[in-house]
Amino acid sequence: MAFGGGYFKTTYASDLALIDTRLRRVGLGLLIVSLLMLPRFASSFALDLVTQTALAAIGALALNLLTGLAGQVSLGHAGFIAAGAFTTAVLVEQRMPSPLLALPAAALVGAALGVIVGIPALRLKGLYLALGTLALHHVVLYACGEFQNHWGANTGVSIPPPRLGSWVLKGTIAWYYTLTAIAGLVLILSVNLQRSRAGRAWMAIRDREIAAESVGIDVARYKVLAFVWSSALTSVAGALFAYQRAFVSVEAFGFFLAIEYIAMVIIGGLGSALGAVLGAAFVTLLPYGIDAAVAALHVPGGAEYYLFPLKFGAFGLLMAAFLVLEPQGLVGIWRRARNWVVLWPLRYRPLRPAS
Amino acid sequence: MTQVLATTVVVASLYALLAAGYVLVYRATRVLNLAQGDMMTLGGYFLFLVAATVPGRPVLSVVTAAVLSAAAGFAIYRLLMRPMAGHPIFAAVLVTVTLGILLRAAIVLVYTDRIRHPLPLLGLANPPRRLPGGAVVSTFDLLTVAAAAALFLGLFAFLRLSPLGIQMRAAGEKALLAAQRGINFQLLFALSWALAGFAGALAGILYANNVRLDPSLGILGLKAFAVALVGGLDSLGGVIPGALIVAAIEVLSVRYGDPLLADVSPFLCLLAMLLVRPWGLFGTREELERV
Repeated sequence: MAFGGGYFKTTYASDLALIDTRLRRVGLGLLIVSLLMLPRFASSFALDLVTQTALAAIGALALNLLTGLAGQVSLGHAGFIAAGAFTTAVLVEQRMPSPLLALPAAALVGAALGVIVGIPALRLKGLYLALGTLALHHVVLYACGEFQNHWGANTGVSIPPPRLGSWVLKGTIAWYYTLTAIAGLVLILSVNLQRSRAGRAWMAIRDREIAAESVGIDVARYKVLAFVWSSALTSVAGALFAYQRAFVSVEAFGFFLAIEYIAMVIIGGLGSALGAVLGAAFVTLLPYGIDAAVAALHVPGGAEYYLFPLKFGAFGLLMAAFLVLEPQGLVGIWRRARNWVVLWPLRYRPLRPAS
Repeated sequence: MTQVLATTVVVASLYALLAAGYVLVYRATRVLNLAQGDMMTLGGYFLFLVAATVPGRPVLSVVTAAVLSAAAGFAIYRLLMRPMAGHPIFAAVLVTVTLGILLRAAIVLVYTDRIRHPLPLLGLANPPRRLPGGAVVSTFDLLTVAAAAALFLGLFAFLRLSPLGIQMRAAGEKALLAAQRGINFQLLFALSWALAGFAGALAGILYANNVRLDPSLGILGLKAFAVALVGGLDSLGGVIPGALIVAAIEVLSVRYGDPLLADVSPFLCLLAMLLVRPWGLFGTREELERV
């Protein structure tokens, strides 16, 4: 932190508090109020964008636990999402469409898959692990494809809107509140996981595995635990995805989806929960931003013809730019901006903290 | 039975061409080039470009497309991969992923995603041939096998016999030591990328003539990646048995299982190999510790 001032935490309670200053409390309150009030002012299109961002943020936060904190690279994130979505589809086919059943079931399936990937991960490092998860992604998709071909209609499975008792979750506003609230819960969960014993163990493993082992961290156990947490949360995101889209089809979970999620955590900033949310918003909103820009420029000729490659290319270019130029992501930019404001008119923080 | 055998060898040849690209790049720079499949597509479209400009000149078109692809490989190293030196390996791998996305976007931008057939533009035909055992393959199938054999013979000769090839092996083994002996390892790394581009282009050119050309051919590259890993990521010789094994399993699962299973079978091979022998059949064991 750049703050050179004399702000010290003097009690354990203040050290444990998630929101520690008045400014942050006020800011958070304003954020919550504005999120609550948003449906009154925003169009349903804007609400849908926020909803999509929230859904993406759940997946990105889960991937951040694994890749950002524990340092285990996964190219198979889309496979876990597919697993969650198809768990829901299977339950719907079995005439058990209740979300009270589907969400825990998706979490269980995800956790089981996490153990399956996590155990080979004990032997494999870096690239080899990424490849293993990539292969697993294809295997999961194969299983889902078989299910879709044999039991679903060939194109996919439609999912009825989730129903709790007599209340049916339907419509843009209801989905907006539900998914934003769930994303908020997952955000709190992931921040707390990061501060807990498990989170500290993950970061130690990420930074240097041998050193982590020598200070008594059970590396094998915590690695598998990271996979289990991440894949369980991701599968829940997949189940929510299935309910929200009301349709599940294998085509939606290609390799590109996994790349999109990796792009979210990298563009946002690896290892930071705030970064995962920012990255999710960035990657989700980018194609709509390009749409709006093209519409505003009034480019003549068949725009739809080059719009797709344009979005695709812009995505690739931005991801490459962040990887090469700003490895700390959006969070890095935010931190630099904040330090600049706090330290102004000085450029560097004092060498010795003012005591 | 002979048909299965013949198909296996043909599929294995295509995979071997692609996997050679992975191994060449990996040996030099320890980076997995996940854009190899898209470099193959690029080679196919270079062929289409040349064939559409000067129709009816097959040799000229193929040579120009291959040279252009090699140049593209060289340029990719200089512009995109060299700045990644010193960054974590995984960041470099992700850059190759984005490279694949960019290549595909560029191809769709220029050529749309319609399926193309360069064969008539070249003025060639692709008649089926009956082999001695009764198996039937297309002419370009035979050419694929010939190209793979020629590429591998050429690569082995180059790496064993020519001074440049020996320098390339040295630079791949230990860039620092090689640099101290006065070897320009940056040039050799770029050359490895160029060779990978060339091998990918061969695969792309043959596949475009034999089957079709569309921007999503790159998917094949992921399958060929399983081949490289089964053989051992740093072993060029391992590519051939690796390709034969993966192709045989894929062909057999088409015949006795279903097409979906065949699509996923290379990845099952990959997973099995990772669990049993992560460094591959002929790879170096300590490779695993270095990544």
